[in-house]
Amino acid sequence: MKGVLICGELKDEKITSVSKELITTGMRLSNILNQPLDFMLIGDNGNEVAEEVINLGVDRVLTVQGQGYSDLHPERLVAILNQVCERIGPKIILFGQTDMGRDVAPRLAAKLGASVCMDCVDLAFDMASQALLPTKPVYGGNALAQWTSPIQRPQVVTMRPRSEKPAEPGPSKKGKTESIAVEIDETTIRSQLMETTYQEEKGIKLEEAKVIVAGGGGIGGSEGFGLIQELANALGAAVGTTRVPSDENWMPKSLEIGQTGHMVSPSLYIAVGISGAPQHLAGCSSSKLIVAINKDPQAPIFDMADYGIVGDYREVLPSLIEKLKDLKE
Amino acid sequence: MNIIVCVKQIQDPEIPASKFRLDADGKKVIPPEGIPPVINPYDEQAVELALRIKEQHGGQITILTIGDEGASSVVKHALAMGADEGVLLLDSAFEGSDSFGTAYILSQAIKKIKEFDLLLCGRQAADWDEGAVGSILAENLGLPLITLAESVDFSEGRWQVKRVILDGYQIFAVPAPVILTVSHELGPPRLPSGWGIITASKKEIPIWDANHIEAEPTQTGGGASRKKLVKLFIPARERKCEIIEGVKPEEAAGALAKKMREEGAL
Repeated sequence: MKGVLICGELKDEKITSVSKELITTGMRLSNILNQPLDFMLIGDNGNEVAEEVINLGVDRVLTVQGQGYSDLHPERLVAILNQVCERIGPKIILFGQTDMGRDVAPRLAAKLGASVCMDCVDLAFDMASQALLPTKPVYGGNALAQWTSPIQRPQVVTMRPRSEKPAEPGPSKKGKTESIAVEIDETTIRSQLMETTYQEEKGIKLEEAKVIVAGGGGIGGSEGFGLIQELANALGAAVGTTRVPSDENWMPKSLEIGQTGHMVSPSLYIAVGISGAPQHLAGCSSSKLIVAINKDPQAPIFDMADYGIVGDYREVLPSLIEKLKDLKE
Repeated sequence: MNIIVCVKQIQDPEIPASKFRLDADGKKVIPPEGIPPVINPYDEQAVELALRIKEQHGGQITILTIGDEGASSVVKHALAMGADEGVLLLDSAFEGSDSFGTAYILSQAIKKIKEFDLLLCGRQAADWDEGAVGSILAENLGLPLITLAESVDFSEGRWQVKRVILDGYQIFAVPAPVILTVSHELGPPRLPSGWGIITASKKEIPIWDANHIEAEPTQTGGGASRKKLVKLFIPARERKCEIIEGVKPEEAAGALAKKMREEGAL
């Protein structure tokens, strides 16, 4: 049992930013342990990005290809990963807390007899006890918990997106690419993937947005989001929501920011009618500047904001939109 | 249709951050005074899904929980919502179990309940926010698993499950029996009816201990945990909020626009 294995992910044929963040974490651990860092890509296009991944600091890129391997099909992915791990025997296996990680990681840990820590924001290593020290938000982000987990047993960890800086390409590094042949007996895969639908976000992607205007339960209904959209248009911003608007179907679920949605860190985050539950703040607290507009002066969002206006958004936003238009001219 | 739902009693996750307290050595959360513990909201949604399925297909809903005597109140809550029976898994050997210990205890109990078509868990417990028990349970029982279920259909021995992903959804078809973890997109759970509360209060909740479910002591409790808690701490809040005042909303809005520009955020 040796080495650190990153379960990397591609989106639109590019390495995802969370995968680059995992390389930062993985390099740190591989240096401390003086053990190799492997980066695995399951599915198509793995070879195309291999060189880029090596330049980010990885010792070996492992690619696994086969029919349907590119699908987000957790049961099949677990079977593939189980075979790969049995063959190469990694000590530490890193995932992002993504659609893939949050489903596959605990199942893989159960198969491997590993320890698991989900949704970590920090991953240290203690030399003296030879143990990983993962830290994760608990109680909806009200507290952080640090754990110790001895590495005699394999360790599976998922890292929350944006917990580390993404790895930067260095001068050309030495590393190799290996293709691993994995045969899956499809009769052992009991769940059948019928459909995967990505609901297109109109306009700017939340993760890439420089400015986000987000509306919460205080908006009161889907009509109110007209004003949110207007403000977003004036700023060239993306629109986000909290759980209430998405649970109440005022706005699409794909716009939700927080523990169960997107993790964002724009330069400006304007929170409108958002009380500031820790579960929501988990997704936006790393924003550079946070502005809160809420009629309740006691709302916890004001503890997390840089500037605040206590007032009804229906009165504040139209004026703000006007002022912003004036500033532009 | 026989459905098993695993539920957990937790500290009310809706309490304001100002009431959230840790003990001095950072090992425990101090329960807030006067605010009773609740059924984990995601588990309550799993109960709701079970009830919706029962309304359509008939059948029997069994609730399982692990905890102390007080935890029987979350079983009662599920019974009051309309579940048929419940079991409390209670043994000092269970205390301090991690996700693997918890999944082991549940799987031993489930083996005692012979037949079922569907096993439901909430997507995660809103205290430790790990979201691993349902998945480990599926591995222990050798059953197919679909996580983050939003809605389900059943016909001809197969489940069709819509599951939530970050930017959309997936649909899986899977033969029964299956384990699903339920996500909040399912929608709000029903309130217990007055009649439900009365019938639930009269129901006995049997207690099963380690012997009864043939649980190996080496597999449960703090000693079997694969990771140990070092400490709990409250994250530092570094921001200081400047409240922008104005006699009229226009004034405040104008001042805010200026501030945002000064900060270089526009």
